[in-house]
Amino acid sequence: MPLLLKKKTVLPGFGLTLGFSVVYLSLLVLIPLAVLVMKAMGLTWEQFWTTVTRPQVVASYKLSFGAALIAALLNVVFGLLVAWVLVRYRFPGRKIIDALVDLPFALPTAVAGIALTALYGPKGWIGQWLEPLGIKAVFTPLGVVIALTFISLPFVVRTVQPVLEDLGKEVEEAAASLGASRMAIFRRVIFPEIWPALLTGFALAFARAVGEYGSVVFISGNLPMKTQITPLLIMGQLEQFKYAEATAIAVVMLVASFVLLLAINLLQRWTTRRMAM
Amino acid sequence: MRSPILILALGLLATAAAAADSVTLLNASYDPTREFYVEFNAAFAAKWKAEHGQELKVKQAHGGSGKQARAVIDGLPADIVTLALAYDIDAIAEKAKLLPADWQKRLPHNSSPYTSTIVFLVRKGNPKGIKDWDDLIKPGVSVITPNPKTSGGARWNYLAAWGYALRAHGNDEAKAKAFVSALYKNVAVLDSGARGATTTFVQRGIGDVLISWENEAFLAITEFGKDDVAIVAPSVSILAEPPVAVIDKVAAKRGTTAIAQAYLEYLYSEQGQELAAKHHFRPRLESVAEKHAADFPTIEMFTIDAVFGGWAKAQPTHFGDGGIFDQIYQP
Repeated sequence: MPLLLKKKTVLPGFGLTLGFSVVYLSLLVLIPLAVLVMKAMGLTWEQFWTTVTRPQVVASYKLSFGAALIAALLNVVFGLLVAWVLVRYRFPGRKIIDALVDLPFALPTAVAGIALTALYGPKGWIGQWLEPLGIKAVFTPLGVVIALTFISLPFVVRTVQPVLEDLGKEVEEAAASLGASRMAIFRRVIFPEIWPALLTGFALAFARAVGEYGSVVFISGNLPMKTQITPLLIMGQLEQFKYAEATAIAVVMLVASFVLLLAINLLQRWTTRRMAM
Repeated sequence: MRSPILILALGLLATAAAAADSVTLLNASYDPTREFYVEFNAAFAAKWKAEHGQELKVKQAHGGSGKQARAVIDGLPADIVTLALAYDIDAIAEKAKLLPADWQKRLPHNSSPYTSTIVFLVRKGNPKGIKDWDDLIKPGVSVITPNPKTSGGARWNYLAAWGYALRAHGNDEAKAKAFVSALYKNVAVLDSGARGATTTFVQRGIGDVLISWENEAFLAITEFGKDDVAIVAPSVSILAEPPVAVIDKVAAKRGTTAIAQAYLEYLYSEQGQELAAKHHFRPRLESVAEKHAADFPTIEMFTIDAVFGGWAKAQPTHFGDGGIFDQIYQP
């Protein structure tokens, strides 16, 4: 390893930039995470295990990870569509729609939660039409999915958009002139190109959605075993001044998210390599 | 070379001189007291100026009661805390040792200069005919109350229901548990805080009845008008005692012990009590309470100490991990 580091690179400033990156990442990410793990270590293994496996907590993992997964998948499909429309077509108001995509980033999440709850509630603009159909959007897991889909939309659009823009129309035209059907063009020409970006967008959207608190607590109703997300249970522990228990649940969330993101990363590498062949 | 130490010393002197005729206090409080303390702070500052010739500025921090307590534990330099429940100040004493464990004995009436209770808020004309706790467990009645795991106010609501059930069923714990379980079966949404629950009920139009702080219910009526919602007083409820305390170590460090103490004592004075009553907190002072008796509904009240043996016992039994609140939601 030391040999590897000593090897001269062509680009100057490696030592300085790496040093800076490590310090920066340590201050912002690693040290806070270390404190988190240290706080959780105030518990014995048995206490840790009972805290993170209580029925309420397990039910919340299912909801938090399940709803985040659904939201990220929805955004892969519809986010791709939005990115496609914004890149491929020119129409009046395109710039405005393009700017709208970023709004979920800018909006304080509590505001988003309150607005969505008002909209999908039994008296809301959308909710009043769903109610007669027997669809309850607020205070159900569906509400959680709605909120998470909203806040994680920009990730897929913004990661796929630049790739689509770089994708020359000529390649498609060449494929078409060689007799490929539209479906085949999408499957064999476009899709392999945008697939890595799509996966990245999915991973970012998922990660963002799993940790979301502000907007969800308004629309979910927070019923134990039914619509409590994991971050709410962490708040519940803090409310009892149980810092160690709160961090224990947080550590489980963190590890699960990390494993999932790592898996997505590996999948991305593996598929890209396979498609390149 | 001019000594930097000299400059520093001069600077310190200047600060000390400034401190002599102006002083600040930080009062960390919970959500529904916002309007009350704005007026109270102005009154106290005027009094302090008249008596001591010193300019006083009271800064306020509001938030969920538990959140405020955690902020003080983590180092928020509050000279005074005025929170929703003694449990939160107990936590400051226990975790950060910023004040003695017996802080609640230092001021009269369990260090609670004003009280409140838990009442119901119903829709115009009370269409579901809600009069007392028993009506809340009837099928088809939708109840709104915040989540006791995340809200201090919600814990008072829960304990009020439990205390009523104990009384109605001859102190039978099992029957009280069944009653509270039935009540929470009717709860459609458990907001994370008391303000959120009020919004859900009044503005979202969800639910038939909101279980609420009395002062918050009065505030909702002044805010949204008598035409939309009305207060229903149950036959029995809990005496909610929001306590106050000087954070000894912070005040000692900032040299504000005397003024912080005077601030809290002023809460017990006639003027302080009048202001509390004006903002729908029940005054403790006999003379002021009598004067405002007509402003508050007559409710028979029990204390948390008498029925539950205090917060130290009630909290883990009912709201801890695997406690009764957890049990009533387990299949």
